Amino acid sequence: MRRNSLSLAALGAILAIILLALAAPLVAPYDPDAPQAADALQTPSWRHWLGTDIYGRDQLSRIVWAARVDLLVALAATAMALTTGCVVGALAGYRGGLVDQVVMRVVDTIMAFPAFILAMGITAAAGNATANVVVAIAITHVPIYARLIRSEMLRVREMEYAEAARTVGNRQRRIIFYHLLPNCFPPVIVQATLAMGFAILTVAALSFIGLGIQPPQSEWGAMTAEGAGYIVSGEWWLFLFPGLAIMVTVLAFNLVGDTLRDLLDPRMRGVA
Amino acid sequence: MGFGRYVATRVLLVLPTLFGVTLITFTLTYLLPGNPALVKAGPLATPEHIQEMERRMGLDRPVPVQYWRYLSGVLRGDFGESATTGRPVLDDFLQRVPATLELTLASMLIAIALGIPLGVVAAVRRDGPVDHASRLLGVGGVAMPTFWTGLLAVYFFFYQLGVAPPPLGRLSPGVTAPTALTGLHTIDALLTGNGRALASALHQLMLPALTLGFSVMAPVTRMVRATMLEILESDYIKAAWAAGLPRRTIVYGDALRNCMIPVITLIGVVFGFLMAGNVVVEIVFAWPGIGNYAVTSLLTKDAAPIQGFVLFVAAVYVLINLTVDLVYSVVDPRIRLR
Amino acid sequence: MTPLLEVRGLRVEFDTDEGTVGAVDAIDLTVRRGEILGLVGESGSGKSVTALAVFRLIRPPGRIAGGSICFDGRELLALPEEEMRRIRGAQIAMVFQSPRTALNPVLPVGRQIARLYRLHQGCTAAEARRRTLEMLGLVGIPEPERRAGQYAHQLSGGMCQRVMIAMALATSPRLLLADEPTTGLDVSIAAQILDLLRDLGRRTGASIVLITHDLGVVAGLCDRVAVMHAGQLVECADVRTLFREPAHPYTRALVRSIPRVDREVAMEPVPGVVPSLLEAPPGCRYADRCPDVLDVCRTVRPALSAMAPGHEVACYATEAARVAAPRG
Repeated sequence: MRRNSLSLAALGAILAIILLALAAPLVAPYDPDAPQAADALQTPSWRHWLGTDIYGRDQLSRIVWAARVDLLVALAATAMALTTGCVVGALAGYRGGLVDQVVMRVVDTIMAFPAFILAMGITAAAGNATANVVVAIAITHVPIYARLIRSEMLRVREMEYAEAARTVGNRQRRIIFYHLLPNCFPPVIVQATLAMGFAILTVAALSFIGLGIQPPQSEWGAMTAEGAGYIVSGEWWLFLFPGLAIMVTVLAFNLVGDTLRDLLDPRMRGVA
Repeated sequence: MGFGRYVATRVLLVLPTLFGVTLITFTLTYLLPGNPALVKAGPLATPEHIQEMERRMGLDRPVPVQYWRYLSGVLRGDFGESATTGRPVLDDFLQRVPATLELTLASMLIAIALGIPLGVVAAVRRDGPVDHASRLLGVGGVAMPTFWTGLLAVYFFFYQLGVAPPPLGRLSPGVTAPTALTGLHTIDALLTGNGRALASALHQLMLPALTLGFSVMAPVTRMVRATMLEILESDYIKAAWAAGLPRRTIVYGDALRNCMIPVITLIGVVFGFLMAGNVVVEIVFAWPGIGNYAVTSLLTKDAAPIQGFVLFVAAVYVLINLTVDLVYSVVDPRIRLR
Repeated sequence: MTPLLEVRGLRVEFDTDEGTVGAVDAIDLTVRRGEILGLVGESGSGKSVTALAVFRLIRPPGRIAGGSICFDGRELLALPEEEMRRIRGAQIAMVFQSPRTALNPVLPVGRQIARLYRLHQGCTAAEARRRTLEMLGLVGIPEPERRAGQYAHQLSGGMCQRVMIAMALATSPRLLLADEPTTGLDVSIAAQILDLLRDLGRRTGASIVLITHDLGVVAGLCDRVAVMHAGQLVECADVRTLFREPAHPYTRALVRSIPRVDREVAMEPVPGVVPSLLEAPPGCRYADRCPDVLDVCRTVRPALSAMAPGHEVACYATEAARVAAPRG
């Protein structure tokens, strides 16, 4: 019971963060990019809840605007990985044979890299553009879905409704994408929720090391990196709050993902 | 299948993977936008000069030929040349690998030494205080960006409490490195009996290793807990209880022994996390390892070190996973004797 | 002489999010010295839980909610854990349902038996090994020396069950609980295992409780039978009486469900399903499936009462019929 209220709180947090991001122009108290020399490096106060940076920019406003970037990149990357992964995974699982061999070899190769390192290499090679970050993260996430859908497909294609769909003479593409794929969705949704958290961490870490999203565009990881320079002079709010924003967001996605897994995983259901 | 044959098959299976890895790093190096000849020739080069450079670098040749040159280069240990240091990337690497290795090993030690007992106790005393703490760590720990954890550590232990040294590398200023035997300062200092260097090296290593160790402790604990819970519910543990074996034997003998086998596979997973964490931790603590080197090269748009780094890490990762598989097959009788 | 095991009013409950599950609902059960008692019922009737309760091995969220378990004159539920542990394995032993998973996969099977000799009888390593090999031979395992060094996955299912039995009998227990010992075994292997159990029981004088859903097995092996339904004990009798004159409607249905070649009537499965034990209403839990149900069945649970010497039934309808019979 307590578990459920925690997951509901997490779901509420996700919705709140998304709303804040969407409504950034309305809710952010200041222009995130407008320097105010007079207000430089202020500690958190009623005027600036989360303080200001060296240019006097309001930290709260920047964090709210940054939510747009982090969420959008993570969402786009997840969507791209999910679509690609589902299509190739479904084909590999349903068709088997050579298609399966090729797809699985590619997937194995991608998985031979630690995900963050590969994302780093791709972004470094492709150049610092937001779209490149999206593609880099998407590529590292494709194997998750491809493998999942493939194994689910191997399972469901033998089931009766697949047989039924074949007997009435449906075209193969229709069978895969209309009849079989939807049956594989529950585990995919769980994975996607958990992968969102991971994607946000990756965007932030890439920006932290100077790849991907570039200043003056606000982004949580990049903001933390800027703030890091002020630790030794004691301006703690500059590194603390952007990192906290990352943690809260990732935590919310992970909690919701864990709960979904428990709900959708039949092995966990109804344990007496 | 005999054990020898199992090893042989498993080792052979790595070759196509490594081949695929080089294919990807080659693609990253050569086929994506940005002309390396242009970079190498410098900003003042004439078009003829650039063309000449392209021919010298083999960039005018067909792609398969270029790949072959790349592959044979890699096999000879030629990862290209760093534009910043002007030295072969491999030399730069070898110089920095010990720093990364020292940090990685220390973090792994911390994660395993704390994470495994924590996971075991959490499972054995399910829903007890340790279990709640472990679950908090499980969800909270994985949500914390590693670089942020590191900054928090620096802020509290260096800036506020003053118990940690400034996050500036492997040795305090003024301390000379111990005679290099392994390249790991702590080990070298121990072997040569250099107390001053040992103290300094440990002091410097403390925060980065704790940061990185903490970041991978969460998945370790989580997996150990889940595995242990499953085992404690298994029939043979019930049978052990029914046979009147003492609790200590059952939990720390039968159950733990069975738990350690899947935990071996964790080493591979942990290593993947560590490689990613290394990069940001090395930045936060100005740790002179290969991750730091790769990121510094990024800022100067120096491609060879980054791509060399990606290839290097992937190759090590593949080999670690291979080793883990082989070790697994040795310790699990179910695989060994099949 | 007192019976070896006397269970009185044993209740085992499981706490779940939806409420309390009464898995074992105040059962009385007696095991006499040297006998083989069959404990039968459909799956979910609480047979295995009862066995685990005798070992005091009910783990949370389950708990023993009341009653008494008296073994050889000692109240097990009152013993300190350490003393209880000394009884487990040494005096009461268990043969589990799925032998393959009940053996530790990473210990050679011989070591699993040998350590019991060392633990319970203080044998030296060499002595324990010698007796292990002897015991493996006794349960009919060829080449004991070689088998002792092997792991569970290298043995066949029947072989694993023999090892389990060797383990259970290693320390000459006085009570052996065998929980569906032949599940998943080939029919001929199953018969061998059952014969082995009976022989060893006779030889050592141990009492055996055979937990099973298979009345056929009971008929061939047991001296007495206790029938459980949904956590309640409904009937208890010696094996002949039970098959000739089953008294409880559930037992009658069970007996009818045995496939038999020598009978012309078709086999009938027991109608209805085992009711949910979650927050079960008072009264007889068979009421909803029972053809002879009375109003009182749903409100007050019938107590176990003797129909004839050694034949006990918990059923109002049977009781009423018996009382009415002489008059009508």
